[in-house]
Amino acid sequence: MDVHATGTAQTGHSHPTAGLYFKVGLVLFVLTALEVGLYEITYGGRAGSFAPSIKPLFVPMMLMLSAAKFALVAMFYMHLKQDHKLFSGVFVFPLIIAAFVIVALMALQAYHFAFARSG
Amino acid sequence: MATRVLDQPHAHAAAHGEKTGLWSWITTVDHKRIGVLYGATAFIFFLMGGIEALLLRIQLGSPENTFLSPDLYNQLFTMHGTTMIFLAVMPLSAMFFNYLIPLQIGARDVAFPRLNAFSYWVFLLGGLFLNASFLFGAAPDQGWFGYANLTSKQYSPGLNVDFWMLGLQILGIASLAAAVNFFVTIVNMRAPGMTLMRMPMFVWMSLITQVLLLLAFPVITVALILLMYDRFFGSAFFVPSGGGDPLLWQHLFWIFGHPEVYILILPAFGIVSEVLPVFSRKPLFGYAAMVFSGVFIAFLGFGVWSHHMFSTGMGPLADTFFALTTMLIAIPTGVKIFNWIGTMWGGSLQYRTPMLFAIGFIAMFIIGGLSGVMHSSPPADLQQTDTYFVVAHFHYVLFGGSIFGLTAGAYYWWPKMFGRMLNERLGQLHFWLMLIGFNLTFFPMHFVGLHGMPRRVYTYPEGLGFDLMNQIETAGSFVLALAFLVFLVNIFQTWRKPRNAPADPWNGATLEWAIPSPPPEFNFAEIPTVHGRDALWEQKRQRGGPLPEPARVSGAGIHMPNPSYWPLVTAVGILAFFVTLMMLAKIGIWAVIASFALLLLGVYKWAYEPAG
Amino acid sequence: MTAHAHAAHLETSTGLDNRKVAIWTFIGSECMFFATLISNYLVNKGKSLVGPFPHEPWTSPAGQHFEPIFEIPLVTLGTALLLFSSLFVVLALSGAQRGSRKALIGWLGATIACGVFFAGMQVYEFTHFVHRGLGFTTNLFGSSFYTLTGFHGTHVAIGVLWLATLWVDALRGKLPPAKSLNLEMAALYWHFVDVVWIIIFPVVYLIQ
Repeated sequence: MDVHATGTAQTGHSHPTAGLYFKVGLVLFVLTALEVGLYEITYGGRAGSFAPSIKPLFVPMMLMLSAAKFALVAMFYMHLKQDHKLFSGVFVFPLIIAAFVIVALMALQAYHFAFARSG
Repeated sequence: MATRVLDQPHAHAAAHGEKTGLWSWITTVDHKRIGVLYGATAFIFFLMGGIEALLLRIQLGSPENTFLSPDLYNQLFTMHGTTMIFLAVMPLSAMFFNYLIPLQIGARDVAFPRLNAFSYWVFLLGGLFLNASFLFGAAPDQGWFGYANLTSKQYSPGLNVDFWMLGLQILGIASLAAAVNFFVTIVNMRAPGMTLMRMPMFVWMSLITQVLLLLAFPVITVALILLMYDRFFGSAFFVPSGGGDPLLWQHLFWIFGHPEVYILILPAFGIVSEVLPVFSRKPLFGYAAMVFSGVFIAFLGFGVWSHHMFSTGMGPLADTFFALTTMLIAIPTGVKIFNWIGTMWGGSLQYRTPMLFAIGFIAMFIIGGLSGVMHSSPPADLQQTDTYFVVAHFHYVLFGGSIFGLTAGAYYWWPKMFGRMLNERLGQLHFWLMLIGFNLTFFPMHFVGLHGMPRRVYTYPEGLGFDLMNQIETAGSFVLALAFLVFLVNIFQTWRKPRNAPADPWNGATLEWAIPSPPPEFNFAEIPTVHGRDALWEQKRQRGGPLPEPARVSGAGIHMPNPSYWPLVTAVGILAFFVTLMMLAKIGIWAVIASFALLLLGVYKWAYEPAG
Repeated sequence: MTAHAHAAHLETSTGLDNRKVAIWTFIGSECMFFATLISNYLVNKGKSLVGPFPHEPWTSPAGQHFEPIFEIPLVTLGTALLLFSSLFVVLALSGAQRGSRKALIGWLGATIACGVFFAGMQVYEFTHFVHRGLGFTTNLFGSSFYTLTGFHGTHVAIGVLWLATLWVDALRGKLPPAKSLNLEMAALYWHFVDVVWIIIFPVVYLIQ
C-alpha cells in the first residue's frame, strides 16, 4: 500500500554504486590531507624555508580545495549530479546570494575600518 | 488506518454549516480555515497598529504637546512599525497565500497542512508575546529597525528590547515554515496543465515572495541571535567598547530589511494583477514581462540594502554601487506599472470596489515609487534621511501600495471566502474616505520632511512652519480611521445577510471561481485540467457562455488530511522556550529544558501521527 | 503515511516528492543562515581588543602568557569523522533503498557514531579552549568563534537525534525501501551539515 508512482520514480534511475561512494570518499580524504599538509608546511611545525613563497597562494589554494570538496559532496553524496535540476536550483541560487553577501560585507567593513572608523 | 475519508453524512454537514466549535478550529489543517484565522488575527493587529498611529498623530497634532510622554511615544512608534509590518501586512498577505494558492493552482490543500497550522499558531503566539510587553509597561522603544547601541544592555536595560528581539525570532519561525510550505505547494501541487507560465499572477508573485522570505529571514534571525548574545550573555558583537561594530547590525538588518519590503509589496502586486484584468474584461497585459520583472525585482532586492545606510559614509564606491542598483529597480517596477495601465487601456472598465482600490493602488504606488527614486541618490538622501520625507515615502508604498492592494483583494475575494457579497455603496465610501484620508495624512509629510522635521521625535517647537501641516495630517488620520470604521460596519452588516453569493460574481478568470462560495472542504470535487492562461475564461470561451452554478457535491471518498493539535503543542513549546529563556535568571535552566522537552514531544508526536 | 498524501493528488507537478522538495528548500534557506554567521566571523576577524588569539601567542598587559588557541590535529580528526559520516550515511541510504537491512542498520549506526564523536570532539575542544583562557565573552574572536561553531554543533546534534530516531525505526523494521525517503531527507540534511564544516574548517581554522 505504500508504494506509489512518486515514491519509486526517483529511485528508479540509476544510482551510483557503493564503489563510487568509496572513491569519492577517498578523494575527499586526500583533499583534506592536502589542506592540512599545506597548512603544516606553511604555518605549522613543518614550515620550511619555502613557506614564505607559499603564503600568498595559501588562501586561494584553501578556497579551491574547499570548493572542490563542497562540490564533490553536493554532486555525488547529495546526488545533485543525477537528480532533478530543481534541487540544484534551490541550492545553487541561495549559494550565489550567500557568496555575494559574504564578499560584500567583508569589502564594506574593510573600507569602514580602514578609512571611516579610523577617521 | 491513517486516512480520513469523507463519508456521506459528514460531507453533507460540510455543505451546510461545516463542523463548528472551538476544537474544530484548534485542530484544523484546512488551508481555508487557517487563511481565515490568519486574516482575522492580522486584522485585529492591524486595528491595534492603527490605534497606535492615531495616538501618535494626536500627540503631533499641535506643537509642544504633552498628550504622550516621550517614553510612551517611543514605545508607540516602535510598536506601530513592528505591528504593521510583522503582524498586519505580512500575515494579511499570508491569509491570501493560504486561502488562494491551493484554489488558484487547483489543489485540495497545501503540501503540508499540519505545518501550515503550525505557522499560524507560532504567528499568533509570537504576536501575543510581542504585545504582552504593553502589560509590563515595557513595549519595545528602539524603533522597528532596532539600531545597535540603542539596543545594547547599557542603553536599554529593561525588558523592552528583549520582547522585540525574541518576538521577532518567534515570528521568523512562522514565516520560514510557511515559506517552505507555499514554495513546495506552488512548485509541486499544480493541477494538470497548470504550467509555470500559465499560473495566475498572484501565484507567481507569491512564489517570488516565498523565495525572498526563505533567503532574507535567516539573516535577521542570525542578527537577532547575535543581539540576544550581546544582551543575555555579554558578548560585544555590536558594542564598540568590546571591539564590536554597531554598523554590522545595520548591514545585517538591511540585508534582511530590503527584501522584506518586497515581501510586503509583491503579494499586493499579485492581487492587483488579478483584479485589474477581471474588471477591465481583458487579459493581463504583458504576462511574461510581469513575471520576469517580478523575478528581477526580487533578485536585485538582495543587492540594494546599503541605500538605507548612505548617511553612514560607506565611501564613493559603495555609494555608487548601491545607488545604481537601486535606480535599476525602478525599471522592472516601471514595467509593472505600464503593464497595469496597459491592462486597463481599451478595456471595458467596471468601477466596482475592488477595481477602485486597485486603481488607487497604482496611483499611490507611483507617488511612493517616485519618492523612492529620489532618495536612491546619495546626496539627496543625505538631506532626506531621518526626516518625515522618508516617512511619507514608505507610507505611500506600504499603505498606498500594500494596504490598498490587500483591501482590493479583501473586497474581491470576500464572497469566495464567506459566501456573502460586501455592500457596494459602503465599499465605495470606504474607498473614497481612505483615498482622501490617506493623502491628507501623508502628502504633507513630504513638505515637513523637506523643511527638516525629524522623524521619531515626540514633539516640535512652535513657529518652525510645521504646525499647519501637522494639523492637516492629524485630521487626515482620523478620516482614515473613519474609512476603516465604514469597512467594519460593512463587515457586520454583511455578516447578518444570507450566504447566497454566487460562485462567480465577478466573471473571474481563475479556478477559484469555478467552485461554490464558500468552497467545500475538499475544494475541487474533481481536480481540474488546465488548458491555458486565465483557465476559467478559457473554459467559458470554449463553452460559449458563462459556466453553470456548480452543484454542492458530497465529496464522498475524497482523502483529506486528519485534524491535529500537535502543531499547536509544538508552537506552545517554542513560545515557552523563548519566554523561559527571557526569564532565565529568575526561573533557572530547568524551565528552559522543560519547554524544550515540550517542543520535542510536539515534534515527535507530529512526526509519528498518521497524516491522512 | 506519505503515500496517502500522494494518493489524494495522484502525482505532483514535477513528479518529485513534496518532502524532498521541502528539505532542499530548507537547505537553501540554511545557506543564508550559515552565510550570515560566517560573515560575522570574517568581519570580526582581527578586531579583538585583547587575546588570546587563534593563531598567535599573546602576553597580557599583566604579563600572563597565552598560547595560540587552535589545535589543528584535534579539529582535523573531527573533520575526518564528519567526512566519513557523510560516506557512511550515503551507504546506509543505498542499503535502505535496496532493502538491505544489514547495510542500513550497520552504516547508519556508523554515521551516528561519527556524529556523536564529532560532537564529543567539539565539547572537548570548547572546554580545552576555555582552559586556555578563551571564554565566550573574552574577546570578539571568542564570541564569533563559539557562535559559528556552536551553531554548527547544534545542527550536528539535531542531525544525530534525527538519524538515531530513524535508526530505531530501522531496528524495529519500520524503514522499508518504500519509506527510504525518510532517511534520504535526514541524509541530505546531514550532508549539508558536512559541507558547512568543509567551509568552516579552512576558513576558520587554517587560514590565518
